[in-house]
Amino acid sequence: MKEPKRLKRMDNYRFHFRKLTSLFMFTLCGVSVLIALVPLILIFYRTVAFGFSAINWDFFTQMPKPVGESGGGLANAIVGTMILVGLGSCMSLPVGIMAGIYLAEYGNNWFGQSVRFLTDVLNGVPSIVTGVVAYTVVVLPMKHFSAYAGGVALGILMIPTITRTTEEILKTVPHSLREAALALGIPRWKTSLQIVLRTAMSGVVTGILLAVARAAGETAPLLFTALNNRFWNTSMNQPMASLTVFIYNYAVSPFDDWIAQAWAGTFVLMTLILLLSLTVRFATRNKFAGNLL
Amino acid sequence: MRDYPGTRQTFIEMDTIPENGKGIPVDHNKIVAEKVSAFFGKVQAIRDIQINIPENSIVAIIGPSGCGKSTFLRSINRMHELIHGTRVTGKILLDGEDVYSLDPVLIRKKIGMVFQKPNPFPTMSIFDNVAAGLRMGGTHDRKNIAEVVERSLQQAALWSEVKDSLSKSGVGLSGGQQQRLCIARALAVNPEVLLMDEPASALDPIATAKIEELLFELKKRYTIVIVTHNMQQAARVSDYTAFFYMGELIEYDITKKIFTAPSIKQTEDYVTGRFG
Ligand SMILES: Nc1ncnc2c1ncn2[C@@H]1O[C@H](COP(=O)(O)OP(=O)(O)OP(=O)(O)O)[C@@H](O)[C@H]1O
Ligand SMILES: [Mg+2]
Repeated sequence: MKEPKRLKRMDNYRFHFRKLTSLFMFTLCGVSVLIALVPLILIFYRTVAFGFSAINWDFFTQMPKPVGESGGGLANAIVGTMILVGLGSCMSLPVGIMAGIYLAEYGNNWFGQSVRFLTDVLNGVPSIVTGVVAYTVVVLPMKHFSAYAGGVALGILMIPTITRTTEEILKTVPHSLREAALALGIPRWKTSLQIVLRTAMSGVVTGILLAVARAAGETAPLLFTALNNRFWNTSMNQPMASLTVFIYNYAVSPFDDWIAQAWAGTFVLMTLILLLSLTVRFATRNKFAGNLL
Repeated sequence: MRDYPGTRQTFIEMDTIPENGKGIPVDHNKIVAEKVSAFFGKVQAIRDIQINIPENSIVAIIGPSGCGKSTFLRSINRMHELIHGTRVTGKILLDGEDVYSLDPVLIRKKIGMVFQKPNPFPTMSIFDNVAAGLRMGGTHDRKNIAEVVERSLQQAALWSEVKDSLSKSGVGLSGGQQQRLCIARALAVNPEVLLMDEPASALDPIATAKIEELLFELKKRYTIVIVTHNMQQAARVSDYTAFFYMGELIEYDITKKIFTAPSIKQTEDYVTGRFG
């Protein structure tokens, strides 16, 4: 079999052209990844560089010192952030996950459509507005600032993210799995919870972690809900310190050691979220995750 | 409904021993479909299907693509109604009781289903896959579950291949093994009827042969309805064959008759490969 020479040359040319295109696109993707990573690396570098002097044992164990005295730490704020985010999660996880399941599994009707739309609207509401809402419904009736109010504000903020990511992830579970379960005579609600949710668990957890990370980084909704507290406090009925509000207050202060502590607080917040992500992922990992979505 | 001689006379001789397959005398109709029609919205997928399925027999459904085989199968165990905007009219009786007047969950426990593409639960081990139906049906006795899992895997001719790797992932198996796992999973809930929608179409000849062999074993205890595009397979495994065309049941008779002396021209054309 002898092929015409011209055709062969043509093929060769096309082959090289495709290889070049492929290489070009590959490089483009790689460069995009780098660009996306640059801000992260810069932030990490700066928080470490500027906050390093303030990161020591005291930072994790001591209370803030009064103005003028140096040293001290943000132990109350670290714990406060954990409590506030914990409260928010207690409120938003059940609601968000169940709403997500509803939308993915049963939400194919006008009600589901409305919920979906409203959830997206809620997702777009500026976080300070969420703070005002929590102020109105919790702080005003109670007549004082409290951790509860902060928790509610963060919870409202987390619900739409969790709902929508849960829904989107559950929708990626192949329909054939639902059918397989239903055909076994497994009731629909059990299919949703124990087959669909279980199959998509790692994705749902990712969504939750995103929401938690976002809530942990919020300042605005806490300003007039949990307020702040310079003292050790674990009573949820009292104003509570948080890393973000401390960072906000310290960063705009004129004192160098406070500013350093603000940087250190940022670094600690980032590390906390990273550790949380790693722990949760490790704890909820599936043996067969390799075969997952 | 049009009257085709084949459809009418079929189960007059109900207690004859099927010639094909070393069958068991038929004395009871497990499933009776009376004028069953199924719709997707306004589109009618099957029209007035009238069929009797004898207990402990294998009934093959053949017909060109899109003729409504899957739709009919899914009407039997009420999977059809799960699709938005669908409905079924007519009557389907399981042991004389209308399945549409019973709880769908109960019906699906009694009428198991195996799908075209193997679909084991990806997050579960082999053992958990087989145990899933039992556990979620409310059985929690470990010893009982272990026994049922072993028995089901044995019935599905998979036990010897997986008995040392029960805790491994179900999706790590080969396609044919996965399909037998799905059969075992369906058997574990102890159904009375097994619906199979082209269960071997994604498998190689050896895996197919295994599944076919399995069917002969299974029919001693279960009633089986199998959809297949493979004429040889239908001829080999089934006692009775139904030929569907454009949503209607054209002819239904003893398999040997359908393949050697069909009474309707369309059937003959189809089984001899002249169309379809
Ligand atoms: N989800 C659906 N929505 C609308 N119409 C459908 C749907 N599924 C099937 N149909 C229609 O119903 C008819 C019967 O389909 P069905 O899947 O029962 O055919 P089949 O005989 O199983 O075909 P195949 O051999 O290809 O599996 C087809 O004409 C198809 O267009
Ligand atoms: Mg089909």
